[in-house]
Order: sequence, then structure tokens, then C-alpha cells
Amino acid sequence: MNVLLDNLGEFGIRFLGTIELFVVSSIASLVLGTLLAAMRVSPVPAMRVAATTYVTLLRNTPLTLIMFFFAFGFPRLEIVDLDYFTLAVIALSLYTAAFVCETIRSGITTVPPGQAEAARALGLGFGQSLGLVILPQAIRAVVPPLTSVQIALIKNTTVAAGFSVVEAGGIYSTLSERGYSTLAGLLWVALGFGVLITPMTLLQRSLERRWSASSGGTRVAAGAR
Amino acid sequence: MDPGTTSTPMVRMAGVQKHFGDLHVLRDIDLEIAPGEVVVVLGPSGSGKSTLCRAINRLEPIDSGTVEIDGRELPAEGRDLAALRSDVGMVFQQFNLFAHRTILENVTLAPIRVRKVSKGEAENRATTLLERVGIADQAHKYPAQLSGGQQQRVAIARALAMDPKVMLFDEPTSALDPEMVGEVVEVMADLARDGMTMIVVTHEMGFARRAAHRVVFMADGEIVEDSTPDAFFSRPSSERARDFLGKILTH
Repeated sequence: MNVLLDNLGEFGIRFLGTIELFVVSSIASLVLGTLLAAMRVSPVPAMRVAATTYVTLLRNTPLTLIMFFFAFGFPRLEIVDLDYFTLAVIALSLYTAAFVCETIRSGITTVPPGQAEAARALGLGFGQSLGLVILPQAIRAVVPPLTSVQIALIKNTTVAAGFSVVEAGGIYSTLSERGYSTLAGLLWVALGFGVLITPMTLLQRSLERRWSASSGGTRVAAGAR
Repeated sequence: MDPGTTSTPMVRMAGVQKHFGDLHVLRDIDLEIAPGEVVVVLGPSGSGKSTLCRAINRLEPIDSGTVEIDGRELPAEGRDLAALRSDVGMVFQQFNLFAHRTILENVTLAPIRVRKVSKGEAENRATTLLERVGIADQAHKYPAQLSGGQQQRVAIARALAMDPKVMLFDEPTSALDPEMVGEVVEVMADLARDGMTMIVVTHEMGFARRAAHRVVFMADGEIVEDSTPDAFFSRPSSERARDFLGKILTH
């Protein structure tokens, strides 16, 4: 308990860093991932190829390597001077967007083709059909896996600790410098992540409940449809 | 009413060909439909009648030939095609109501987004249409909460909300429980009476006899007969039509 109470300030600052990293990267990855998913189903071949290449590249590269590139390779290109926090956000967002894209795309495949046909028959364009009819249903269908992707993101923020970003994954190093048991410290860190992830799980449940009426969804137990 | 007297046909198909792989699903289709005309398309399954219906608004792209709506040829893709499609109402076998939107939103979505009608105006019009098809009291429910017959009537209202020049019905009663067929056919017969140009792919012989001006009979991707309902049902001229009628009218 002392490990936590004696270093409350340290825990506070670093967990705040984690939350900041997560919130910014989460929003960026959801926006970029949705855009990529739209590109992957677009009628324009060049867009599909670009998005597919992106996903293949980013999804197959270890996050540590991507982070490494942005922390050490990117600054040498001397394009813009960015601090480590921003670079970490970029790395996390680009990496997670590939997973968000694939999750949403799998959601798109669950939307019956008749929905898009009805939208087109009414005179909606591709963008309108996608934005007003397909994506809202696709996202509803993938709330659980999308939450998992975001939970993975919040845990992946710890990789940024290796690149001097102040966040919870780096707590152990301060603790060991100060002579505390790092093992006990890490248990508190794990608990801290549990506390951060709980609201996301609750949000997932409430979204699933709210959208169940409008999904017309599959209920395996009831055997309907 | 007396369809067929005006000069520009509402729908005109000329030399339309379509293949699915090796299968020739539409063979040299020529068809003209006058404003206000109600045409029922009959034929055995696989005869190409649904494809014909879907080719009219290019939901099914064609290999060659032309399709014109009210004198304007359907463009291949893009904004112009969307604009032309908005003038062609379509009702599907599986209803295809937008599952995540309420009944009212289903009917107002396209008028607001495509026609740029104000929300209030679109809702007033939608309420009138929903009353017309007898669903006004369900306006705030979701599609999954309605019966098949109710959903199909909403789908008709949704199409009507765009003030279409012509309505396409692709087997509108085939997915319905038998006791719900009547309510949908009733709405369609009303529309026919009001002078809507309609192309109806169906197995509902009752509707064909009652409301159609013309019956088009298809087999193997071809239009085999094109005549009045009375002539078609009492004196079919082709062997294939006699065979088809023999099969469906015996039970």
C-alpha cells in the first residue's frame, strides 16, 4: 500500500499521461480507421489499393518498430519538430487505425446488401449511402470488437514509456530509482489499467443495449429470423 | 384512364442485353411503358424478370442497349445516375427498410438528403404517406418491430416520398406470410388507380387481373408475350406461357 501512497503524485502524473495519450490516439484512430474502411469499399480502385496497402503495412509491423521510427527516424527527416508525446500519438493512431479499419470493414460485410441497394435506389450517392445507411449499422454490429481494439490501444500506450513519454508504463523505473518494490508497484499499475478499462466495458454494454432495438439483430437463443 | 396515348414513354428499354457469366439473363429486351401504365411482369423463376426490373434503375448494370426514363437515358454511374434513380421508386422483395432508423426516418431520409426538403416539411409529407398506407401510428418504431406486411407498406411510402415518376416492384409480396399479402396488394391497387406508372414483378395473379393494363411474360431472358391481362390469361399464344399458367393455376 505504501508504494502507492508514497508515490501518489508519480502515479497521478503518469496515469494522466496515459489517459491523454489514449484519448487523443483513440479519437484519431477511430476517425482514420473509419476513413480507411470507407476507402476499402470505395468504387475507386486506387482508393481500395491505397487503403489495403496501408492496412497490410501497419498491421504487420510491430508497434515497437513503428514507435521507434517515429521517436528516432522521423525527427532526423527534419520535416517538422514534434515532441515525443505528439510522435507517440501519431505512432499509436496510425497503428491502431489499421485495426479499426478491419473491424469496421467486417461490420460492413454484416450489413445486408439490400440496405445499400435501397439507399442507391432512393438516389443517395456513394458517400451518403455509406455515411447514412451502411456505416451506422456496421459500427453498431462491431461495438464489442471495436471496444477490444480500443482496450488494446490503452494498453499499447505503455510502449511509449520506452521513448520518454510520461505515462503509467514507466512508473516502475521511478519506483526502482526510489528504492521501492517494483513488483508491488506494477500490481498497482495493473489495477490502474483495470480502472481505466472498466468505463470502456460499461460503455460497450450500454451501447449494445441501446442499439439492440434498432438492429433487428440476430438473437441466437430466440432463433428469430 | 387510357394509357399509351402520349408520345414519350415513361420507361423505354431498347436492345438490352445482360449476362451473368455464361448465362444470358436478358436477351434483346425491347419494352416501352407509357405514363400511367401498370405492367405486370410474369415468368418462371430464372426467367430474368427480376433482373429486368432491376436493370431499369441500373441496380443491375447491363452489357449493352439503352434504358430511358421519361426520355432521358440512364447514365453509367455518378451523380446523374443518382439523380435519375431518385425519380424511380423501388420496392424490394425483402423490404430493405433501413434497420437503424425509425419508420418516420426511413420515409424522410431521402427527401431531406437528396431533395433537400426541410425536416418539418418532409415529416408532414411522410405522415400523410404513412396514413395512406395505414402505418401512421407506428411512425416511431423500428422496422424490426413491424410485421412483414407493415414493413412492405412502409417501403412503398418511402419510395412515394420522393414523388417518383415510375414505381418498380420486385416481387413485393413473395417474402410475406400469406395473410399479409392482401394488405400490400391493396396499397398497390390504390396506387394503380391513382395513375402511377408501375412495373410489377409478381406471382400475384389476382393483382395482375385486377390492376394491370398489360402483362409481360418472360422466359429464358426473353419477352415471350406482351398482351392485356385478359388475353394473356384466357388465350396465351405461346407454349411456354400455357405451360407456366398450367402450373400456377392448377393449385
